[in-house]
Amino acid sequence: MNLSVNLAGVTLKNPVITASGCCGYGREYDKLYPMEKLGGISAKGTTLEERMGNPPCRVAETPAGMLNSVGLQNPGLDAFLSRELPHLAGRDIAVIANVAGATVEEYWEIARRLEGTAVDIIEVNISCPNVKEGGAAFGTSCQVASQVVAGMRARTQKPLMVKLSPNVTDITAIARSVEDAGADAVSLINTLLGMRIDIRTRRPVLHNNVGGLSGPAVFPVALRMVWQVARAVKIPVVGMGGISKWQDAVEMLLAGAQAVQIGAALFSDPYTPLRVLEGMEAWMAENGVKELGEIVGTVRPW
Amino acid sequence: MAYLQGSFPVARRRQLAEGFWDLWVCCPPVAQQAQAGQFVNLKAEGFFLRRPISICEIRPQEGLIRLVFQVRGEGTEKLSQLQEGDRVDLLGPLGNGFKLLSPQSRVVLVGGGIGVPPLLQLAAHYGPAATVILGFRTAGAAILTQEFRQLGCDLRLVSDDGTLGRQGLVTGPLEQRLLEGPAELVCACGPMAMLREVVRLAEGAQVPSQVSLEEHMACGVGACLVCACRTVKDGREIFSHVCKDGPVFDGKEVVFQ
Repeated sequence: MNLSVNLAGVTLKNPVITASGCCGYGREYDKLYPMEKLGGISAKGTTLEERMGNPPCRVAETPAGMLNSVGLQNPGLDAFLSRELPHLAGRDIAVIANVAGATVEEYWEIARRLEGTAVDIIEVNISCPNVKEGGAAFGTSCQVASQVVAGMRARTQKPLMVKLSPNVTDITAIARSVEDAGADAVSLINTLLGMRIDIRTRRPVLHNNVGGLSGPAVFPVALRMVWQVARAVKIPVVGMGGISKWQDAVEMLLAGAQAVQIGAALFSDPYTPLRVLEGMEAWMAENGVKELGEIVGTVRPW
Repeated sequence: MAYLQGSFPVARRRQLAEGFWDLWVCCPPVAQQAQAGQFVNLKAEGFFLRRPISICEIRPQEGLIRLVFQVRGEGTEKLSQLQEGDRVDLLGPLGNGFKLLSPQSRVVLVGGGIGVPPLLQLAAHYGPAATVILGFRTAGAAILTQEFRQLGCDLRLVSDDGTLGRQGLVTGPLEQRLLEGPAELVCACGPMAMLREVVRLAEGAQVPSQVSLEEHMACGVGACLVCACRTVKDGREIFSHVCKDGPVFDGKEVVFQ
């Protein structure tokens, strides 16, 4: 049985990747199981300069999920390259650098500086809902998204995987724009913008007022968008959003994803990625599926 | 140190006061590693996020840890319904515990309300060498006081309404204790306003302090960065994370607002 996938020229030994912002740089979950068991890790979103992130409270529980408003807290690109990347480089796991800029030029500069590093894939985050400058603003306009990607394309040979925002009217339009601009893959969805109010204080639970919704609650929305995007573009699609069990991952593949990312489910059960892998393998064996590629996008719509 | 996650049986369960529950969980691998001041992240059935609960007592030989918590919302309400023999999904031991000086050291432990439980294991280390100052809203909400007394600690109690010990805040007895004689360390857990005053008084007396903070969490291991707290490191204000950098911080590092 072959679980490996080729994602924009990079071979992942299996299709399960931990999602950015949910597993730091791998150090924490390494204390539960070696990250090498997974196909890839998408590291914490990195910006050119260090970011403090938003003041607490940064989290709110929701029915079958959570809101977060971390706000891209990270030590900046130099610290990522010097302190964090060496911990992952050379290990048997695809290293995906998730990056975000405050301006179009910052994205370009980050691409230039990642060229020649041990990063396998650059995940272009044009969809963070929790930062004031940039973030999702780049991911809701076809023109700006395309400008970001085209400039990065000119500065790096590394595969560019663009992480799309679900907070748009037509996600396929953005997907096509970044494909035309030279993206090698797309990953989706980032979190959905949401809000909770504390009725005791009559103030929003999150200090940022609003935040990104993730967890099982968003899975059907994510699946629908993956299905739509997979039919709209020719480049590979990586599906994420609310995956918490192997059946979800199989649904994502059937909808057209070549690989999946697992995020918030880690907080509920840190072993989710391993359970998803085991379940997928058993399902493949039961159904006589020898290669994962055989099932990608094979849902038969009514 | 490795983190452990698994499903472990509740060995004993009782109510300590209105809304305060006491669970002994049999989880030898956690009991053998845990330190005073660390916490575990518990899964409450039907809820997406785990609930961080401080470790109150550790019995490595028996493989038991004791968790004392207050019902604050629906998740902790659910945890309070666990029965003896039920299994609870637990991730731990997490975070950094309190610094341990030699057991003869003269230390002052200050706890307010649900901040009291993590101090019990610490008090067991110091015994009679510890002055323990505990504050509660009212006598009916007091927990664990007998146990601190049984450890031989110099116990001083206060309550908001005067129904237990002296009426007032923990700061009164703390100020008095620091005047009475030398202390090598003050350790505290409780509401932020209390911790701010404890650190201020300790600094005034030139005694180092450690405080255990609380913040809403998700992962509990330092991966998601939601449990931010303001601290000063190398002269710079940053957001540290309660789960991984804490929950116990040097009092001087914490920025109280």
